[in-house]
Amino acid sequence: MERYDVAVIGGGMVGTAIGYGCAERGARVIVLDEGDVALRAARGNFGLVWGQSKGDGMPAYGAWTRLSITLWPSLAERVSGFAGRDVCYSPVGGLTFCLSEQELAERRDFVHRRHNQGHGTVRIVDRRELLEMMPGCRLGPEVVGASYDPTDGHVDPLTLLRGLHAGLRAAGGVHLPGAPVVAIEPVGGEYRIARADGAAVMARRIVVAAGVATTRIAAMVGLDVPVRPVRGQNIVTERLAPILPKPASAIRQTGDGTIQIGVTSEDDGILETPTTTAALAKMAARAIRVLPPLASARMVRGWAALRPMTPDGFPAYAESATHPGCFVAVCHSGVTLAAVHAGPMAEAVMGGGMHALAAELHPDRFARMPIQHVPAI
Amino acid sequence: MFQRSDPPDITITWDGRELPARSGESLATALLAAGVLSFRETPVSGAARGPLCLMGACFDCLVEVEGQQNVQACMTPVHPGLRAAPQHGVRDLPEVEAA
Repeated sequence: MERYDVAVIGGGMVGTAIGYGCAERGARVIVLDEGDVALRAARGNFGLVWGQSKGDGMPAYGAWTRLSITLWPSLAERVSGFAGRDVCYSPVGGLTFCLSEQELAERRDFVHRRHNQGHGTVRIVDRRELLEMMPGCRLGPEVVGASYDPTDGHVDPLTLLRGLHAGLRAAGGVHLPGAPVVAIEPVGGEYRIARADGAAVMARRIVVAAGVATTRIAAMVGLDVPVRPVRGQNIVTERLAPILPKPASAIRQTGDGTIQIGVTSEDDGILETPTTTAALAKMAARAIRVLPPLASARMVRGWAALRPMTPDGFPAYAESATHPGCFVAVCHSGVTLAAVHAGPMAEAVMGGGMHALAAELHPDRFARMPIQHVPAI
Repeated sequence: MFQRSDPPDITITWDGRELPARSGESLATALLAAGVLSFRETPVSGAARGPLCLMGACFDCLVEVEGQQNVQACMTPVHPGLRAAPQHGVRDLPEVEAA
């Protein structure tokens, strides 16, 4: 049986980033992935690298996010090289548009809370400043202002995933897709991981990064991590001449010129990924209020993906108390957090100790908490 | 490259030049039959592009039809006198009246 230093269970954005980080640090790594039937959140990311909205009520998450953003430029350069194409990381500042005075007032309160919790880079800008910041941008008349964070940006999430996988392989790591993990058992200081297709590997360390399947697999290593699926629908248009210079929450223009419009937050617990006309129409209608010329843009595709959501909406990281060397990592911001996952989190898995901020995001907190239904942002 | 099974019976205009076509066929078919392989340049790399799927899914056969940009040639039936041209780069959205 093949033996590895680290077996990562989950080949999505979170697992691949951690696996790549471990392989780059010299570990012999295997990433065990499910088949194409997997409910892959990593195929449905919006692509924001985003701090302004992260961590209201959990300052450690805000700081963890900011740490990732500071590590992103280096990650972007490396993954672009591995992917063989530019990951289009563009830290040009990000916006959350407000379409009424009431929305702007609520956003102003939110920004105050962010400041009080240590996130000082976000601020409110009025319509005049928005137009100065984006000369010639054809904003709709209802746009009264926005929150703006100059450290935010966006990236091509599919190229990021491809680059992380390529980086894993370049560092000698193995990606083994095809079947879910069905059992993990300790054997003489190591772990034997068995899959539904009969394959099995031995590993000294394990990372459970299995998205919406995390609860089931984390339980195999003594970790209680409640995760539920929250569906997000996306729209992408035909390629257009530059029309929106900065990415915004729920609307951005990609490096290739398409407009991506998001995104719903459907918390119905159903493990399926349909799109619905009602949701797509609602998203499109708001995008047109932000940028009226989009009314004549053609939609090319709509799709949905399931975010793994914890009870409070914040990430969860831990090493198992009963199964030493076994870790869990789950979040709904795999793109923004890719840089900390490939860095400090990989170091923790290699035995370097959990980063202080990640340690504050231990899933033990859920035992004291009723299920909350929080919007994904 | 392609050979017609039935003779052309109408004329369309491609990039200012008259081409034969057959009623009821798609613009992509008419162009391919006339030996046109490059329909546009992709805005990503500038490389030439032509039809791939011929069934409305791939968006590689985008052209300009009657002044309308980014039209799928494979989904556009020809008619006598139809005017089409290559799609150069990305589409510009028209100005709109404020709602």
